[in-house]
Amino acid sequence: MADAHTHPQPTFLEQLGRATVDAVEEFGYYFLLFVESIYWLIAGPFRHQPVRPPSIAAQMMTIGVAAIPIVFILSFTIGIMLAIQGIHTLKTFGAEQQVVTGIALSVTREFGALITAIVVAGRSGSALAARIGTMQVSQEIDALRVMSINPVRYLSSPVLAAMLVMLPSLTYLADLSGLLGGAVFTNLELGLSYNAYIDRTLDALVVDDVMQGLNKSLVFGVIITVIGISNGFQVTGGAEGVGRATTRSVVLSISYIVVADMMFTYFLNR
Amino acid sequence: MNASAAQPVIEVNELVAHYGSRKILDRINMQVESGEIMIIMGGSGSGKSTLLRHLLGLNRPTSGHIRVLGVDITRAPAHTVHALRKRMGVAFQGGALFSSLTVGENIKLPLREHARLDEATMNIMTRLKLEVVNLAGFENLMPAQLSGGMIKRAAVARAIIMDPKLLFFDEPSAGLDPVVSAELDELILRLRDAMGMTIVVVTHELDSAFKIADRITVLDHGRILMTGTVDEVRGCDNTRVQDLLNRRPRDEEIDADEYMQRLTEG
Repeated sequence: MADAHTHPQPTFLEQLGRATVDAVEEFGYYFLLFVESIYWLIAGPFRHQPVRPPSIAAQMMTIGVAAIPIVFILSFTIGIMLAIQGIHTLKTFGAEQQVVTGIALSVTREFGALITAIVVAGRSGSALAARIGTMQVSQEIDALRVMSINPVRYLSSPVLAAMLVMLPSLTYLADLSGLLGGAVFTNLELGLSYNAYIDRTLDALVVDDVMQGLNKSLVFGVIITVIGISNGFQVTGGAEGVGRATTRSVVLSISYIVVADMMFTYFLNR
Repeated sequence: MNASAAQPVIEVNELVAHYGSRKILDRINMQVESGEIMIIMGGSGSGKSTLLRHLLGLNRPTSGHIRVLGVDITRAPAHTVHALRKRMGVAFQGGALFSSLTVGENIKLPLREHARLDEATMNIMTRLKLEVVNLAGFENLMPAQLSGGMIKRAAVARAIIMDPKLLFFDEPSAGLDPVVSAELDELILRLRDAMGMTIVVVTHELDSAFKIADRITVLDHGRILMTGTVDEVRGCDNTRVQDLLNRRPRDEEIDADEYMQRLTEG
């Protein structure tokens, strides 16, 4: 029964309190989903409920392999864009040649991972929320549960495994194509040879720069997976609910990715 | 398991359930005996779907106990419920077939997950069950390519693939034409007679309920109005039961105070 003392119009403090509790609750849900997905990946075989390699492979295809063209094109474009901006800025100091270092560092440390994560969040995060939301609406999740098939093991674990492999791989590809984009533009604009570009890039980079991007992409992969799948599981209210969950998961995962990126970059560069 | 013939397959004790603050089920007591077809009947909003979800262990009750095949599913640990669910099957209202898998793969899924069998054996068992539900030769189609009646029959095939002792149907005749719905009734009777299953059907279709039921439980506003054989339900003089049987609109008396409170609260 409704509490007789509740105000018809909730006060600001009450709204703030509710929003905080909701946010904490949702964060806990994400965390538990992550833990449970990892649990099934490790403990599944011992409990005779393994995560099936074929379903992981299928997810790798849709999340990773199918995203190769778009990741390649966008990273290539980002490489060119960085070259344009870099040359324009450095011209002020007459140091255009230094642009190679700038491209090498910003692509590997930042843009490769970020662009890949945003593309995958848009492609796969939304698809995850929509697929699982539709299954929730059509009682397929209930059907899994009454068939004693744990929905997290069956639906979430394969995606997480695929994401943890494919997102770093895609990020590595994005690093290469970003550097290639930079090379093509500096070659046309400054007449810098490709050999010289490669030499200078290798001089500028250390393993740590590339690893920083790859490590961040692991975190982004977890973010995309748990947000897409949680929002799918929490769908109520039919087709409209599925649409809402899809939008929400894309917006949320991109926001979390950007914020997490900033925090990681801060701590990794102290 | 210690489920002897005398022990009921399902035993519900003082079950109370809420959605939020709204009470959906109020002190439900019922028993389903081994080998019988029990129909849970009631109008929309009577709580019959909620009762089914509790029997399946999908929802947690506020209070009360549910024993299914000798296991208290409201208290039992996860692995016990896991083992129990391999011994029961459910045919959902919309079929709930996985749209990304073929009909054959859908039916095979419980075997693939729970039994250690080679592919050929699983194929044979799948075709056997498809024969039982008259869908032989459809295993390579996708669920989207099937008609409503075929989807329901495929869902039945998936529900019985593990040869369960206990089978649940949620609104088997909803959205089907009378002929297809009659065929489904025949199928339910056949399953009970040929395989000795205990069957629980949730429905609001009177014709089909009277045709297949051994006993009927009538639910209304989250309470059990009566439980009895077909004749007992037909002969019952409770006005709400008669309203349901004769499709009369209900004329409830309005409590003036309660009515005013509903309008003014919040």
